[in-house]
Amino acid sequence: MNEQSLMKRRYLKQRAFFLIVRLSALVITLALVGILFFLFYNGLGAISWDFLTLPPTDSMTKGGIMPAIVGTFYLTIGAIIVALPLGVASAIYLTEYAKQGKLIRVIRVAVNCLAGVPSVVFGLFGLGFFVVFLRFGSSILSGALTLGILILPTIIGASEEALKAVPQTFREASLALGVSKWATISRIVIPSAVPGILTGSILGIGRAAGETAPIMFTAAAFFTAVLPKSVFNEVMALPYHIYVLATAGTHIEQTRPIQYGTALVLIALVLGIDLVAIVIRSVIRRKKRW
Amino acid sequence: MKNQPIITTKNVNFYYGAFQALTDITMDFERNRVTALIGPSGCGKSTLLRLLNRMNDLIDQTRVEGEVLFEGRNIYEPDVDPVEIRKRIGMVFQKPNPFPKSIYNNITYAPRLAGIKSKESLDALVEDSLKQAVLWDEVKDILGRSAMTLSGGQQQRLCIARALAMKPDVLLMDEPTSALDPISTAKIEELVDELKESYTIIIVTHNMQQAARVSEYTGFFYLGKLIEFGLTEKIFTNPDIKQTEDYITGRFG
Ligand SMILES: Nc1ncnc2c1ncn2[C@@H]1O[C@H](COP(=O)(O)OP(=O)(O)OP(=O)(O)O)[C@@H](O)[C@H]1O
Ligand SMILES: [Mg+2]
Repeated sequence: MNEQSLMKRRYLKQRAFFLIVRLSALVITLALVGILFFLFYNGLGAISWDFLTLPPTDSMTKGGIMPAIVGTFYLTIGAIIVALPLGVASAIYLTEYAKQGKLIRVIRVAVNCLAGVPSVVFGLFGLGFFVVFLRFGSSILSGALTLGILILPTIIGASEEALKAVPQTFREASLALGVSKWATISRIVIPSAVPGILTGSILGIGRAAGETAPIMFTAAAFFTAVLPKSVFNEVMALPYHIYVLATAGTHIEQTRPIQYGTALVLIALVLGIDLVAIVIRSVIRRKKRW
Repeated sequence: MKNQPIITTKNVNFYYGAFQALTDITMDFERNRVTALIGPSGCGKSTLLRLLNRMNDLIDQTRVEGEVLFEGRNIYEPDVDPVEIRKRIGMVFQKPNPFPKSIYNNITYAPRLAGIKSKESLDALVEDSLKQAVLWDEVKDILGRSAMTLSGGQQQRLCIARALAMKPDVLLMDEPTSALDPISTAKIEELVDELKESYTIIIVTHNMQQAARVSEYTGFFYLGKLIEFGLTEKIFTNPDIKQTEDYITGRFG
């Protein structure tokens, strides 16, 4: 085989490879666009001011989804209140204090396993531990704790990345001035890592808002028209509401538009949260100068 | 006239894991004098410098043998707090490393944590330190601006001012001018000359002229050993050991 045909073959191979890569990216984009289009097409008709501000009526075949929006809001905020301090503290321990060794490796494996556990298992754990054993009942508290544990690996991962991204020279500069390790971490390292921690955590929020299985047994009510008065109340939640309307009702076909409307609201919420994360990150990136 | 030594190392060995980076280092650092540490890359100059204020503690799996006496006391005794040592022995790094804070806050950061609270004291401290580091005139009107917006040479002088604000006894400088242009370098060399009135300075440098210009004593290192140590004048004009001469004259192979 001569030199030229070899080169040509190599060139064609490269072209083919790029084509495959490009097609894969295209498929993913199309899938996202397809889902969004489908939801908009089917759900937009259901959206109205009343839909967003009124509770369901007529055995949930009419009315709005306001209690579910409020419930999802509470559950998500609760999950963050649980997971953020715990996750950030763990990440600080893992990156700043722990010497590399066996214990650290075990903790890392545990965190990774936690990330891989199916969400329904978290739901069952929440049911057994928070609802039954700790007697919190099916409530915002139980649901938020369960969701909090679910997103803990996300928050630990994001916080670790953010802490590792803080230049070692900042730590050295501070310690060399005779500043203690804890002061160095709290005054220099954490403030520099906050943007990264926040973006990662917001992505975690998105996940918490969209999950059904973990709240199914721990927090979600089939129907309640009243808003929760304490953390020990049950709430409706968007993902569970969709599930209920689509599977458990007696009017599954009739409530189709409401199902799509709810799904649209949910996905708008999650994408909105992701968008906030992306904006924060890009603003900080522009400000950052090290 | 010999001054009292402020730091003395006695038969110090230092290991990174199994690798021995320093072997049997014994030397005196005199008070209010500038001591230069020279030698080819990787010979252990930075390691020795970081040993003197316990910055090597930050690296996992390192080990020190022998004694490092600061004002007569071994700083590697178990009951010595490295934080206290670092307050008295400041450090300036090779690459300027200001915090992503304002110029003013870069300087007041550590003193505040050390308990200086009043606005007047802090203002005075900022002015004094910046004047000592010959930076005051350039930044006195922009103290609130981020330190990251300064030039490299200005950042390095800010880092020196920041170290001086803690009023240390000793200042360790690890190639403080290697990232700077000749004008900034000249400024920092002048600065070193003034600072030795009130501080003891130990400076690592790859620049032979710099070592000859700023220091009274010079130590030449090779492969983790102190080959020759003495008056700078002697080392640069009439060294006892052939290796030293070869290195200084650039004939090192
Ligand atoms: N963190 C570390 N872990 C393991 N070995 C190290 C570490 N830091 C330095 N060393 C090794 O110790 C030896 C001395 O390094 P050191 O940084 O003290 O040299 P140096 O004289 O300052 O060199 P340079 O002039 O290039 O700065 C080198 O062989 C280096 O590879
Ligand atoms: Mg060095």
